[in-house]
Amino acid sequence: MLTKRIIACLDMDGGRVVKGVRFKNLRDAGDPAECAAAHARSGADEIVLLDITATSGNRNTLLDAVRSTAHSLFVPFTVGGGIRQLDDAAAVFDAGADKIAINSAAVRDPTLIGTIAGKFGSQAVVVAIDARKTGNGFEVYVSGGRVPTGRDAVEWAREATACGAGEILLTSMDRDGTQSGFDCGLVRAVAEAVSIPVIASGGAGSARDFIKVFRGGRADAALAASIFHFGLENISELKSELSDAGIPVRWPC
Amino acid sequence: MIALVDYGAGNLNSVKKALDYLGAEILVTDQPEILAAADRIVFPGVGHFSSLRALDRAGMGKALLQAASTGKPLLGICLGMQWLFEGSEECNDIAGAGIFPGKCRQFPSSVKSPHVGWNSVTAKEDSRLLRGIAQNSFVYYTHSFHAPLVAETTAATEYGLPFSGAVERGNIFGVQFHPEKSGDVGLSILKNFCEL
Repeated sequence: MLTKRIIACLDMDGGRVVKGVRFKNLRDAGDPAECAAAHARSGADEIVLLDITATSGNRNTLLDAVRSTAHSLFVPFTVGGGIRQLDDAAAVFDAGADKIAINSAAVRDPTLIGTIAGKFGSQAVVVAIDARKTGNGFEVYVSGGRVPTGRDAVEWAREATACGAGEILLTSMDRDGTQSGFDCGLVRAVAEAVSIPVIASGGAGSARDFIKVFRGGRADAALAASIFHFGLENISELKSELSDAGIPVRWPC
Repeated sequence: MIALVDYGAGNLNSVKKALDYLGAEILVTDQPEILAAADRIVFPGVGHFSSLRALDRAGMGKALLQAASTGKPLLGICLGMQWLFEGSEECNDIAGAGIFPGKCRQFPSSVKSPHVGWNSVTAKEDSRLLRGIAQNSFVYYTHSFHAPLVAETTAATEYGLPFSGAVERGNIFGVQFHPEKSGDVGLSILKNFCEL
């Protein structure tokens, strides 16, 4: 049976893993390669590394981190942040990523999705969407959550799928880092609108939150960062709780 | 030496990295004569079935079949395994190697496609490639088309329907999943291949 994936996310700034609340107040959480290996050992099904302050000036810092993280990691590894064109993606794949995540650049130019998918396959292209609740829906934000686009998240997810995206990584900005639970309404709206897997992100605080987003939110995978970094929730314990609740997970792994 | 077939599509790094980690001597190649000289061959495919057109342009398809006919171990991964069948609905005008019977098809509409994530395999006990792999071990899949169950199926996986997760006949092996991304289970399978 296909299992629900638990994905550990490493937000990276200047070569270090950091974690903030609602995209602000960053705290240091360690070395990316060490964090990734530790998460994989404790049962993470995938690792995502996001360069949250990516600028063209620190591309080499990112590529070094990708190389050292990928070196002895044998679960799927996704890298995002600052990928603006095919060459940026190619460099990240070359450094050892299995998938890339694109966000702002895809909103600006949706054909980028197809360009990268055409060369590396749709399975390698994750479209990351940061969304915030509005009066009657969810609005897409870009540039690390700083710039509202006026676009509807469900519509954008549909378009990204049609352009060749392999998965959607959907972050609720309202819940990011709050540990108050995933936004199941947002996740379900997108999961029901697209044919590709949806990774829920933002708000993970307890095993109960994961159970809710897999059941009610219809998520295919769920991602968390802070709860894993600071040891609040061990991934193996989380999986054992999910398994007891009847959620199919890769456990033991 | 293990020849890792590069036909110009997708990303070979992960497979190379896993084989490196196991201490294997690897040569990434697009040259038919290297295949002839190799002890074993890994053919990791990725992407659309039509990308296999490049295989024939370089004379690599023929070289792969020729090398396999000498008895050296050949492992097709993902699209590389699909190529071992007769063809795929994904691109009807390209023929596969036809080593295993039947065509690769889409998943039924009752499930999301692509099939992405960790799924369990039920392995046959006499499989050489899957030696020592516990029943219901989890492996990582990402694909939109699947190969049918055949007499040579050594591991079946269920996703909307049962399909071939692994096949083997003599020296020829195929896995639809990605052993290079399947943690310790995947590394054990690659190690088995290196030690055949």
